[in-house]
Amino acid sequence: MAQVKPQIVFDPWNDPEAKPLIECRSITKRFGDFTAIDNINLNIYEKEFFALLGPSGCGKTTLMRMLAGFETPTEGKITIDGQDVAQVPPNKRAVNMMFQSYALFPHLSVWENIAFGLKREHAPKDRIEERVAEMLRLTRLEKFARRKPHQISGGQRQRVALARSLAKAPKLLLLDEPLGALDKKLRQDTQFELMDIQERTGTTFVIVTHDQEEAMTVASRVAVMDAGEIMQIATPADIYEQPNSVYVADFIGDVNIIEGNASPMAGGPEGAINIAYAEGQDPVQAVATTPVAEGEKVFYAIRPEKITVSHQPDPDRANHAFGKIIDIAYLGNISTYRVQLASGKLISATMTNSRRLTRRAFTWEDEVWLSWTRTAGVVLTK
Amino acid sequence: MNLRRLVLISVPYLWLVALFLVPFLIVVKISLSTTAIAIPPYTPTLDLAQGWAGFKDFLSQLSFDNFTFLTQDDLYWKAYLSSLKIAALSTLFTLLVAYPIAYGMARVPDEWRPTLLMLIILPFWTSFLIRVYAWMGILSDEGLLNQFLMWLGVISSPLHIMNTSKAVYIGIVYTYLPFMVLPIYAALDKMDESLNEAAVDLGASRLSSFWLVTLPMSRNGVIAGCFLVFIPALGEYVIPQLLGGSQTLMIGKVLWDEFFSNRDWPVASAVAVVLLVILIVPIVLFQRNQQKQQEAES
Repeated sequence: MAQVKPQIVFDPWNDPEAKPLIECRSITKRFGDFTAIDNINLNIYEKEFFALLGPSGCGKTTLMRMLAGFETPTEGKITIDGQDVAQVPPNKRAVNMMFQSYALFPHLSVWENIAFGLKREHAPKDRIEERVAEMLRLTRLEKFARRKPHQISGGQRQRVALARSLAKAPKLLLLDEPLGALDKKLRQDTQFELMDIQERTGTTFVIVTHDQEEAMTVASRVAVMDAGEIMQIATPADIYEQPNSVYVADFIGDVNIIEGNASPMAGGPEGAINIAYAEGQDPVQAVATTPVAEGEKVFYAIRPEKITVSHQPDPDRANHAFGKIIDIAYLGNISTYRVQLASGKLISATMTNSRRLTRRAFTWEDEVWLSWTRTAGVVLTK
Repeated sequence: MNLRRLVLISVPYLWLVALFLVPFLIVVKISLSTTAIAIPPYTPTLDLAQGWAGFKDFLSQLSFDNFTFLTQDDLYWKAYLSSLKIAALSTLFTLLVAYPIAYGMARVPDEWRPTLLMLIILPFWTSFLIRVYAWMGILSDEGLLNQFLMWLGVISSPLHIMNTSKAVYIGIVYTYLPFMVLPIYAALDKMDESLNEAAVDLGASRLSSFWLVTLPMSRNGVIAGCFLVFIPALGEYVIPQLLGGSQTLMIGKVLWDEFFSNRDWPVASAVAVVLLVILIVPIVLFQRNQQKQQEAES
């Protein structure tokens, strides 16, 4: 008898009954005159892989250090598992951190590094042995247990740091740019390994990163930060497809931003608007998710891969624009065309290279039509 | 290419041979001679004009009598032991004073460090002798320290520090403090502060983080500092002579007396040779420590 595999969606943030593991209420942190964190509210749920994403100096590391206990908020309250942690020092929190520099103890072996936290809580000897062996197995470091940190590779050091911070089975694991020191190939492999370990241990992970690709790959939800504020918290797909501001749209991946004035589309479906963006060009037809007033200035954000390039306008798509190819970036699997419209506006469009390069249909200076559907882009008001 | 390397390597070796090995061999030779009322005040002297026979004659006159003599008079081994004890204890005291200084220096904001380093090095700008004399002015019965303490009312009669071994300890700790502070500071300065944060994050208290992380991390600096203090302190002459009075027995003083008061160069040389043999042990250990450190860093 065939069994239907129940599809379990992990989305506690959509469940009003779910109790968050970490609650940040109106957190503000000031260093002298400088406001590093400005009135942040944040819920992180158990077993989540949560990413704090932002450029350097946006306050993401400060926020993480407050969760670890190395900084105290100037205002606001942080609760971990229902307990207000304001008075709990870092060595008493069920939170462990993996440092950006790994901070492995150079005078201790891999084994001793991993056992460090367990020894501090005076766990019985056989329990320590067992737990360290388990961690070594989890991170595939059994062969290196007796080595010192300077005798192993960068990737192995990264795994020791991870094993050490997981050894005490923390409720929450904080990872500060955990893959920053690894080269690109190793970083990609390690991302999947991290996700795997997170799933197997069931630990809640909070990762700090400035690498949007990394955040998108590993996280269940991403918080995009800028200048001490959280701009948007959503799943990677929503962040990409439904950014709530030009900042978020621009920070994640490539995007074309078309600025124009909105007017409701006569006879169009619910929310449909026209965006007039340049003299003599047909307005962009779009669907706004929030009501837009007549004549209001809006930003239309559309990803390059949502636009097709062709010699003739595509009749199936509502929007068309005519222009000239200025530049082609060939990336092997895809090519990005930079097309200049009559108004001078540059639009990027990405096409899959399904044909061999020699048989490519377009080249520099070709005049082409760009086409996209009514729902391909998002209408933003800020 | 090989010649170039040979020349490069030979320069320091020639220095060592000319400035260390040759004088040392002369000292060894004198230590095997006998005193004589002559210039120089010992026999035999090598007369190369007499050729091979003269050389054989010269060799036959050398003897180990002076070394035997050192074992017979208990002054010498007592002086050696006393020197070892004073050097070891003052190394320990220097470490206890220097560690907090170095730790503080490594933890202050960056803009303070050059000033503090300067302050540590500043005493070297004045003559060592003058600085030791200055301590006589501070430590003597009518000195500044006693005047100050009596003015405070802490003591009613002056403390006798001058001309005791206490003054020698104070003098050595003061003089060699920079040699202890600088290597420890260098070790602590290199240390990544996130190591301590990691220790605390894993459940260690601030104190146990110091014991388990900071102290082991500064181990090489501590060892280097201890040798840099212990080795010169063992043969120290000026400080016990000026501050220690006649009570303090140190081998440097014995050496001086043999040379200048007794004019017994052979025995003085024998004392120096034995001192060097004693020092070889810590020097070799020091070398090995440095080598290990370099290997660990590379």
